[in-house]
Order: sequence, then structure tokens, then C-alpha cells
Amino acid sequence: MSAIQETVTDAPAIDAVPKRAMTLGAGTSAVVLLLLLVMPLFVKNFVIFQLTTVLIYGLAVLALNILTGGSGQFSLGQSAFYALGAYISAVLMEHAGMNYALTLPISGIICFAFGFLFGLPALRLSGIYLALATFALAVAMPQFLKLGALEEWTGGVQGLVVTKPDAPFGLPLSQDTWLYYFTLAIAIAIYIASINLLRSRSGRAMMAIRDNEIAASAMGINVALYKTLAFGVSAGITGVAGGLGAIVVQFVAPDSYTIQLAIALFLGMVVGGVGWLPGSIVGAAFIVFVPNIAESISKGLSGAVFGVLLFVVIFLVPHGARQVALVCQHWIGKLKRS
Amino acid sequence: MRGMQKLRIAAFSTAVITFAAMSSSALAQKKYDTGATDTEIKIGNTMPYSGPASAYGIIGKTEAAYFKMINDQGGINGRKINFMTYDDAYSPPKAVEQVRKLVESDEVLIVFNPLGTPSNTAIQKYLNAKKIPQLFVATGATKWNDPKHFPWTMGWQPSYQSEARIYAKYLLKEKPNAKIAILYQNDDFGKDYLKGTMDGLGDKAKTMVIAQESYEVSEPTIDSHIVKLKATGADVLMIYATPKFGAQTVKKTAEIEWKPLQIMTNVSASVGGVMKPAGFDNAQGVLSAAYAKDGADPQWDNDPGMKKWVAFLDKYMPGANKTDGSIVYGYGAAQTLVKVLQMCGDNLTRANVMKQAASLKDFETDTLLPGVKINTSATDFAPIAQLQMMRFKGEKWDLFGDIISGDVTN
Repeated sequence: MSAIQETVTDAPAIDAVPKRAMTLGAGTSAVVLLLLLVMPLFVKNFVIFQLTTVLIYGLAVLALNILTGGSGQFSLGQSAFYALGAYISAVLMEHAGMNYALTLPISGIICFAFGFLFGLPALRLSGIYLALATFALAVAMPQFLKLGALEEWTGGVQGLVVTKPDAPFGLPLSQDTWLYYFTLAIAIAIYIASINLLRSRSGRAMMAIRDNEIAASAMGINVALYKTLAFGVSAGITGVAGGLGAIVVQFVAPDSYTIQLAIALFLGMVVGGVGWLPGSIVGAAFIVFVPNIAESISKGLSGAVFGVLLFVVIFLVPHGARQVALVCQHWIGKLKRS
Repeated sequence: MRGMQKLRIAAFSTAVITFAAMSSSALAQKKYDTGATDTEIKIGNTMPYSGPASAYGIIGKTEAAYFKMINDQGGINGRKINFMTYDDAYSPPKAVEQVRKLVESDEVLIVFNPLGTPSNTAIQKYLNAKKIPQLFVATGATKWNDPKHFPWTMGWQPSYQSEARIYAKYLLKEKPNAKIAILYQNDDFGKDYLKGTMDGLGDKAKTMVIAQESYEVSEPTIDSHIVKLKATGADVLMIYATPKFGAQTVKKTAEIEWKPLQIMTNVSASVGGVMKPAGFDNAQGVLSAAYAKDGADPQWDNDPGMKKWVAFLDKYMPGANKTDGSIVYGYGAAQTLVKVLQMCGDNLTRANVMKQAASLKDFETDTLLPGVKINTSATDFAPIAQLQMMRFKGEKWDLFGDIISGDVTN
């Protein structure tokens, strides 16, 4: 192996995250869950809407985290899977009159299949080449959605307006509050399932591939299978997030799912801490709220302010929210001992 | 003595009653919805200050500057305008978030001139359900003129389809035997123009239009499309392209010595942005249509309206680029809103704002071409529907013919 090739293939220098460090302790989890449950009771509807958006992006970041943090593969194409999930849900709801909740598993399954199939050719690529291949997918997706042949279903460039669901069983909740709890339930279910997946035999196999592909295959792990599987699972979860996004925003259009979204999700993962699943929600909060903060500081230079804030985060805590959490844990431990 | 006292009480009580009656009638005159008070009117807006369409952000900045000027002059009926404008980065989900923030957190009276067809589609249902005016949206799509289904949404500029119909009318009259080739951008903008042209030509569309060619925004050059269109033998070329491609088209047709009658969309009619890069020699005789004055055109130097516009720019936006059509646009839209709010008087309810916006009669802004008038009614939510044809001559556009209406009824 030449030196150049080595630096290129070694580029995804992701720290091996021990599997125990991938989750939060039981106590912390309970506190976070409680916070997420009671928060909507105290804020305005539009803040609930923002929180729902955070949860949805959190799911998409989590999916990317499984792919990158779990199996060590890069993807800049998550927006394509997100768009696919969103359109499947929207089309099923508006054209087939299907219940919104039922469209989500369908979005998930189709995106899983799509991701799995995309994972096959992607096997030949690694590191930045894979990132580039997925990047191409993200760039191509909005164009596909505009195709004349699909226009009858997708609404072409005009997009598709989705009807917002009411709370079921006559529950006295506003639409926003209901969707928040609905999203929260799905997010928690997927979060628990993801943690279990990474703790399982398959998860260990993925992490072995991430840490050293050659060693993993020498141990008898089917590298091709687990790599494509990781792609499929990631795409499937992203698809569910996309479907939820379509329901909450009530609208899908090609312009909603540009490469900007893929980059935002990637950013969310890095800020949250690569490979640390609870960090996904922190990363999602960052990509939802920080642009607004940047705008309130300076309208004309919002992009630059956002850049500076991002730079500060990466410079001070390169491992993202995980690092902050570790420091906190360290201090709490010290306090307890003293 | 007693009688005197009685009289006094009677006089006093009459005074009290009169006063009470007066004040209650005064109270009855003043009506407010959320977002309006005795001192302030809150106006919300979203603009792409960042992202792929950030060039349009100047519209929001112009509007903010215009409202500042109005406030400096004492506001509207004594009330200051509080203009809140947020960045939606041309992303529909972000637009929904920002508009909900404007409505639910900032509590604006109306949402004014949000930009972009996708963003406006995303917020239309929400605003109509909440009965909040989505007034004078900044997009040329035709669907905003739909008062039956969306009584809280109103457009402002002429729709792409009305403009295309005007070209069709012109061709039917001046060149009934034309062989037309249409070049259009493959998105909502291009397709709206295509539909307007076909509808405008009516039964004759089939025989007159001999070629339709679309291109993608992502293509680096459209030379091959032009060569292909030349081969069809068309003698009219309709150019429904954004500025970069508009300039390429005019240049390429000259290069391959093809001399059809060229009709250029108003979107790409900029002298500085399209005609100059295409080469003035190549652009002679190109046709287009306009509804607003061109800030860089010397023929308006002594126009009272444009003098006001220049004075506004010098004071509130020093250093602004006067050739930028977006500044003319923002000024005109803001002036229309101020007119509507003045008409509302002390009845600043959302319903009344919509009612007044739908009662504009022959209103002219400083920036509209002489003769182009803003008219709305309860069934007509397309404020500007008139344009005038123009021909490129020398280094500027020469307006010709009458003001033509291209009303599109849904």
C-alpha cells in the first residue's frame, strides 16, 4: 500500500467508541426523558413545533451516527433518503388516503431497501470516495423529484401539500402537541432499538469493521453484508424521519431536500459527537436553533456568525456533546467522592 | 336654589352622557387584531437572506428601509411600522418555522411579501387556517389569485402566465403565421410561461408552435439547444430563461447567424445583467414586456416617481446598486402595503386589511410604468396584471404600443 493510498483510506479517523460509552446512564436518561415529556406543557405551540423538528432531525442524525459511528462509513447523501421517506409518506397520505401513522413503516421499509441496494456499489468505495458517491446521490435527488414522469404523484416543482392530522380518540391536545408526543414515542422506540442493535452481535460486527476491516474479515465477519446492512438501517431510519418531517411541515417540495440538508445532518452528527447516540439530539438542536441565534446577532452576516459559532464549538470541544458530557460526568464523580 | 341645583345636576349628567357616548363611539371606530395597537403595526416577512436565492434578499432590505422612511415621516395614521423579517434560506421547512415564529411568538398582524413559490406554498394552508393575511407574495406563480379557496392569500406582481399571454396576443396580431420555437427552463418558472403561451395562442398553438426545448438550471451552457432550435426553421424564438441563460441565448443566436424575432421574459430583461453581456449589437430588436420602470434607464431621470425613488435610495440605502431590479420591486411592494394600511384607517383587523387590499382602485406606485395600475376586487386577487411591450434599441428598451392586460382567471 502506497503512502498516499494509506492516508486516503485511513482518513475516517473516528475514535473507537466503546459500546458502553454509546449511551447515557439510567438516571440521566430518566431526567432527559422527563424533560422531553413535560416541556410542551410550558411553551407556545410554535416552540413545540420547533422541538418536534429537533426530534425529527435528531432521528436523521441518529441514523447517520449508526452509519458513521457504528460502521465507519461516510455519507453526505442522507438528504436523499430523507426526501424519499418524505415523498412516500406524502404521496400515500394525499393520493392513497392512507393514515399518516401507517405510511411511516412503509417509508422506512422502502428506504431500507433503497439504502441496502445503494450500499452494494458503495462497498467498493471507502472514506472520502464514499462520501463523494453519496454526495452525488444528494445532488441528484431534487432533480429526480422534478421528473415529468413522476409529476402526477410528486406535484413536480410545486410540491405536495399534506393535511395535518388531529389528535386521535378526541384527546384534548393541539395538533402540534399531539405530533410532538407522536414523534417522541417513535424517536424513543428507534433510539432504544438502535442501542440494542449496536450492542448485539450485528452491532459488534459493524464496530469491528469500523475499527479494522481486515482484522474483522479475518475473524470471519461478512464485511459486505454488514456494511450494506448498516447502510440499509441508516436509510430506513432516515426515511421514517423524512416521513415525520413531511407530516409536521405539511409540505414536501424538491427545494426542501437539497444538499444543504445533507450537510446540516452531517454537521449535527459532528457537533453531537460521532458515534455517541444521545448526542444526536444535541446536534439536531444545534442545526435548528443556532442559525436563528446567528440571525438575531446579525442579519447580513448570519452565515458568517454561524460559521464562527461552529468553529468555536469544533475548536473547544472537537468531540462534540460527548466530550461535554464526559467532562460533566467527571466533575459529578469528583463531587460525589469528596 | 333647589331648582338651580337640579338644573346643574341635569347639565352635568347630560355632559357625562354626551362624553360617554362620544368616547364609546370613538372606541367603536378603533378596532384591532393581534399585532396592531394605537402606536404600532407589526408586519412579518420571510426572505432568503442566505442560500441559493440570497440575491433576492435585497428586496427585504429595501422594504425595511422604506418602512423606516415612513416611520420617520410619522408613520401610518400615527402608528409606526414594526417590520420583522427573517431568513428562510429558500427552504420551505425553514419558512414554516419562521412564519410560525412571526405569528405565534412575535404576533404580527399580517405576513407581507414572503419570497419564493415553494416557501409560500408551504405556509399558505397554515396562514389561511389561522386567518392571517399572506399579503402580496413575492412570486410570479399564477396560483395566488384564488380568493375562493385561499381568501387570505394575495399576489402582487403580474403572473408569469399573464406575461406569456401578452406575448401570445402580440404574436397573434402581428405575426399570425409565425413558426414559434420555445426555450424554457425546466421548473415552475419556465413551465408557467409555457402554459401561458399555449393558453394565449389557444387553437392556433398546435400549428404555430413548432418546437419546445427545455434546459436544466444545472447545465453550464445552452448552446446545443439553440443550434437544435435553429434547425427547426422557426422564425420566432421565445426565451423563458433566467438572466444567465437569457444572455447566452441572445449571444449564441447571433453567433450562428440565426435571426428569429426574439421575445425575452421580463425576468431577464435587465440591461446591465443580460443585454450588455450578450452584446448590444446582438440584442437589437429583442422584444420583452415590463410593468415597472428601470432604475438605470435615463428616460426616467425627470420622472417625479423615480425622483422620489432616487431620493429614498440616497437617504436610506446609500451605495445601493441602482440597476438592481429587486430594489424597484421592494419599493413598489412596500408602497402598496402602506397604501392599504392607510386605507384601513383605525380599523386594523386582519379581515379589514384583506378587504382593503381587495379594494385597490387604479393605484399607481412611484415605480410602475405610466398607465399600469393596481386594481383588485373581491374576486380579483392579482393586483398587477398589465404590462407594456418594449423593444431593445441602442442601449435601452423602447416601450411601444398600449398597456396590455393579461388577466388570467382561474
